[in-house]
Amino acid sequence: MSEPILRVDNLESYYGPVMAIRGVSVEVHEGQIVTVLGANGAGKTTLLKTISGIMDPEKGTIHLEGESIQGMEPDQIVRRGVIHVPEGREVFPLLSVEENLLMGAYTRNDKAGVRNDLEMVYGYFPILKDKARQAAGTLSGGQQQMLAIGRGLLAKPKVMLLDEPSLGLSPLLVKEIFTIIKRLNTEQGVTMMLVEQNAKVALDTAHHGYVMEIGRIVMNDKAPVLAASKDIQEFYLGVQEAGERTQKRWKKRKTWR
Amino acid sequence: MDALQLLVSGLANGCVYGLIAMGFVLIYKATEAVNFAQGDMMMLGAFVALGLTNEHYAHLPFVVAVPLTILIMAAVGYLMDAVLLRRTFGQSQIAVVILTIAIGFVFRFVAGVIWGHEPQSLESPLAGRDIRFGGVVLGLDEVFVIVVTIALTVGMYFFFARTKMGVAMQASSQNQMAAYYMGIPVKRVHSLVWALSGAVAAIAGILFASKGSIDPATGFLGIKAFAAAVIGGLGSLPGALLGGIIIGLVEPFSARYLGGDLARLMPYLILVLILVFRPHGILSQVQAKKV
Repeated sequence: MSEPILRVDNLESYYGPVMAIRGVSVEVHEGQIVTVLGANGAGKTTLLKTISGIMDPEKGTIHLEGESIQGMEPDQIVRRGVIHVPEGREVFPLLSVEENLLMGAYTRNDKAGVRNDLEMVYGYFPILKDKARQAAGTLSGGQQQMLAIGRGLLAKPKVMLLDEPSLGLSPLLVKEIFTIIKRLNTEQGVTMMLVEQNAKVALDTAHHGYVMEIGRIVMNDKAPVLAASKDIQEFYLGVQEAGERTQKRWKKRKTWR
Repeated sequence: MDALQLLVSGLANGCVYGLIAMGFVLIYKATEAVNFAQGDMMMLGAFVALGLTNEHYAHLPFVVAVPLTILIMAAVGYLMDAVLLRRTFGQSQIAVVILTIAIGFVFRFVAGVIWGHEPQSLESPLAGRDIRFGGVVLGLDEVFVIVVTIALTVGMYFFFARTKMGVAMQASSQNQMAAYYMGIPVKRVHSLVWALSGAVAAIAGILFASKGSIDPATGFLGIKAFAAAVIGGLGSLPGALLGGIIIGLVEPFSARYLGGDLARLMPYLILVLILVFRPHGILSQVQAKKV
């Protein structure tokens, strides 16, 4: 395969004295959706924060299109084309919906291109156009998630980091949002790294998947393969087989590291 | 007619308080810190203008001295943040407050060393001239203060509502984390907010000095302006101006009708009443803190 657009090698990050990710390596190829699955506290969000420069890594490298970007300031990383759509939406509550979207384009100077992308985002999320003048804090959770994704798109990212877009949304809304995520990928060619706890919807959407546990990658395969694997079915998709002991199979192996 | 003159001079004073209060609010909104050196920045701005334009000192034309003063004070504000306050990032609010109080002392001392402790007046082309219509005599300086304040307020409104940097400043004050995610250079934005508040302090200082004399202790006016900012709602720019005008108007009228001692007490009495009955101030943006 060709050189990945985003390559993370042996990354280690700390929250104070606590090692949150322990030697993580991930590859994202252009045009793909790569998902990182894992339970609470597995280090998924830390991984994204380290890539987007909110946190500095202790060790390891991050390459975007062959250029190493680890430890840069967040604004420089956004300028190079990595945008982070944070967990829990994080909109600017008192700015209007349109102002929020335009803040996504803060690092851009091509006015015409920004206009085009704004229309593109309104095309995917018509509700945002209806509420363009309304303060973002008055939107519902699902609308705020759409706004956060739209705002990220306005940065015209080479790689979009999506942190738990399904968080706190109804199953119907989750389906709607992931349909749009898939369309953005196929129609606009947006490359994405998608962190999720909702393994089913994430594996349905993604091309490739990683599974994280306590700061390490424990599985790594094509999304359909992962979706078919026993571990995933048991622990993330909730498929129970009668008589099977609830011991994770990769834990039985000695070589998983 | 007497009441009208009181009204105009009260408004003019109130505008100066309001401008200093706006400086408080700008910094509070952006960084959640209270800059207790704001009054001293105003005083320093007044002295810089005086030093640039007075015959005894540099003797530059007034129209040159004013923009130069604004630039210098904007640079002082920027550097205060970039050199000193940025280093307190992550420290408690108390550390920041003490630091700004200390900076205020330094400004007072520096002004005293350079320009002396005697009261001086700015040689402004506006000082001592009147405009009359009908039987009313208004000081040109006072009318000028009001006009400049209105213009500055309108200008700030457009800056914050229409320009990319203005919206980015609002964005980083509403959700700092999200601002980082969007690639807004938050630290630089903070320094620019300090620069803006330095510039506003310079304008307040020039306006104040063209109405009367100044000395290094003039900066204590900042306390009254802080009261104005709290009355208006710390966190609201229009509120700051409103609070300033309320205090500016209450002072001369209560001095006339209630006597001098009570008049000096009035601003703080209003502050206490506001804090008891409407603790977020008159024009507060309470929902801003919800997130």
